[in-house]
Amino acid sequence: MAATDSHAHGGDHAHGDHGHDHKPGFVKRWLFSTNHKDIGTLYLIFAVVGGTVGGVLSEIMRAQLMFPGNHVVTEGQEWNTIITSHGLLMIFFSVMPALIGGFGNWFIPLMIGAPDMAFPRLNNISFWLLPPALVLICIGLLMGESGSGWTLYPPLSNATYEPGMGMDCTLFALHLAGASSLLGSMNFIVTIFNMRAPGMTLHKMPLFIWSELVTAFLLVLAVPVLAGAITMLICDRNFGTSFFDPTGGGDPVLFQHLFWFFGHPEVYIMILPGFGIISHVISTFSRKPIFGYLGMVYAMVAIGVVGFVVWAHHMYLSGISVDTRAYFMGATMVIAVPTGVKIFSWIATMWGGSIDLKTPMLWAIGFIFVFTIGGVTGVVLANAGIDEAVHNTYYVIAHFHYVLSLGAVFSIFAGFYYWIGKMSGHQYPEFWGKVHFWLTFIGVNLTFFPQHFLGLSGMPRRYPDYPAAFAGWNFVSSCGAYISGLAMLVFFYVCFRTFTSKAHVADNYWGEGATTLEWTQTSPPAFHTYLEMPRIS
Amino acid sequence: MRIVKWLLAAVAGFVFSLSATPFAWAQGVVGEPRPWEMGMQRSFGPIKDRIIHLHDMVLVIITVITLFVAGLLVWVMVRYNAKRNPIPSQTSHNPILEVAWTVIPVLILVVMAIPSFRLIYYQDRTPDPDMTIKVTGHQWYWEYTYPDQGNLDIESRYVHDEDLKPGQPRLLTVDNQLVIPVGKKIRILTTSTDVIHSFFIPSFGVQRYAIPGRTIETWMEADQIGTFYGECNQICGQDHSRMPISVKAVSEADFKTWVAEAKKSASVAELPKVASR
Repeated sequence: MAATDSHAHGGDHAHGDHGHDHKPGFVKRWLFSTNHKDIGTLYLIFAVVGGTVGGVLSEIMRAQLMFPGNHVVTEGQEWNTIITSHGLLMIFFSVMPALIGGFGNWFIPLMIGAPDMAFPRLNNISFWLLPPALVLICIGLLMGESGSGWTLYPPLSNATYEPGMGMDCTLFALHLAGASSLLGSMNFIVTIFNMRAPGMTLHKMPLFIWSELVTAFLLVLAVPVLAGAITMLICDRNFGTSFFDPTGGGDPVLFQHLFWFFGHPEVYIMILPGFGIISHVISTFSRKPIFGYLGMVYAMVAIGVVGFVVWAHHMYLSGISVDTRAYFMGATMVIAVPTGVKIFSWIATMWGGSIDLKTPMLWAIGFIFVFTIGGVTGVVLANAGIDEAVHNTYYVIAHFHYVLSLGAVFSIFAGFYYWIGKMSGHQYPEFWGKVHFWLTFIGVNLTFFPQHFLGLSGMPRRYPDYPAAFAGWNFVSSCGAYISGLAMLVFFYVCFRTFTSKAHVADNYWGEGATTLEWTQTSPPAFHTYLEMPRIS
Repeated sequence: MRIVKWLLAAVAGFVFSLSATPFAWAQGVVGEPRPWEMGMQRSFGPIKDRIIHLHDMVLVIITVITLFVAGLLVWVMVRYNAKRNPIPSQTSHNPILEVAWTVIPVLILVVMAIPSFRLIYYQDRTPDPDMTIKVTGHQWYWEYTYPDQGNLDIESRYVHDEDLKPGQPRLLTVDNQLVIPVGKKIRILTTSTDVIHSFFIPSFGVQRYAIPGRTIETWMEADQIGTFYGECNQICGQDHSRMPISVKAVSEADFKTWVAEAKKSASVAELPKVASR
């Protein structure tokens, strides 16, 4: 803490020196909020809630899988509901609210010098669609009736095989979460295109803004396809249509195409904002400008564009023709190139820098490492030929947890430690932040690295019980999950220490490496910022 | 207590898996996952041979890349630490470097893609199958039909834990195995009558979804006599983990004997079976 205080320039800014800084009362401020910072805070709290529920589910899953023949979860259907809810919660109710709604709302206006988002009331409703969606997901979970896996493939998700109302609740939850994302992303696009400070051209925008812009476009293009698919599924379930039912002339594979046309861009939606955050953290703590800015920007754009034409690599075994497989294999491999550009540019940013290994930087470097592992196993899976032996096995689980559960989540924590002082006005305890990082780093690697072995050895995913041969690595994996769970408790302790801290931080507590506009504001920023328009030279 | 017992069993399994004895059983080889296995299951067919060959190559490439990135990260953390390098450079461009880290990955991908494309065309279908087996997924058992053997029809269900005989692996053992002749190219047609399943035999490197309303073609071949285990690999409801696949590859003579016997017992059991559908 002392080290960061030494960067203080203007000492402690009293907030009262702005006559305009009148905060509304509690109900008006938090329930009818139109302030981007408050809505961002709501999103972040929501993400912690969603992530905690999803995290408890993953601990239950690892407890069940610790030994073969375990009975933590007694019924297959119960198990299927847990895995479905875990996936949906982590994607729609934790990673997306944190990276897009949370950090996006907080820092898009602050970084582009705008007083707020373009449509503050739209912003409000885009948040308030999420809590009812979370309730619906939890109903599906508690009723034990949404056991289709997060991919929702019919016929397993149709009325014959999943007859309960819980499945409908889950589908409606996705509708609400999708509408929320759509409204939010339209707001982002309009804000970024129209409300940048004079002088901030597109090619001068901070990389985090670029990442949120690309993400918003992906959402606007992908989410309506998911909405169409689940609407058809709801009709199949309730109104006698047969879009996906072969007995009525429908096709289950059609759903897979629609789902993955959304689902593949969705994985980039979850990781791109993380790319933005990591760029800022690396640049700040290396005290160097980002290396190859334009390359970084267009790598993200390329990932976004190519991300839309690779969806059927999730469907190599669904009976698509061999030529189609060949195309999707080639297209998928191409994505490795812009991703490689980003990895090497981050390292080049650090090269020659003056690196300060504060907690956010540890998360960022940890991110590069785990994302590289997740990326290279993605190249393995892109090979349709190899996929035939590892499709749907734990190899896939290991791969996407390395890019998301480790990658995206590491970027969330990097953003949290980087900006918590700015958002709250109080700095996190450095020691406990580092404890949190190292426990998580060891825990998640211990959890997910052995899952590569399980997958190569042929252990199928979504199994509540498995042959004895898989016991060894599953035991190791479960131990890792408990360590990660312990790390989450450390995170809560860090939050407690931060928010009860009496010390206040300066405007730019990271010093000369932090160059974006949010560091010109007080910590925390005034309720209304940029009453005077900043100019970028 | 349970953990100690389990750890002992795990160590024993590990030692066992290192020895060659599992492969020397009289009934032929066994294709199954092994305790503490870190790589792919052993290959018992030409497709899996090629998958493993490609995977070995890709694994080397990705390991080198990961170690390279990890090495660079450690190097910059040590060499460019604020203590050792208090004045940061302000370099933010280097066109040659940027072109290099775009072009070199492309070249690596091309090297990887060529054998990969060859493999998918090889494993897609076989032009000259020796016989055909239709695989139908059900909640929660497999049905195998032999159209070339007079539509011989076998239902294959998992054996409950309490009915297992010594030596039979839990959650892999079935009542009626899928019997195939060794060394023959077998065309597989997968379909389903209810939800989507996936027919997956790691030893042969074969896997296809079984989708209602569709028939998907692929092929497999066993190159040794023995037993090979697989599992349903697409979530299919309550007993997803309880519909294993067990394949018995036998000599052609034994296969013919088995077909004759199976037909005999099938004709006896035919009436109640039809009635139960």
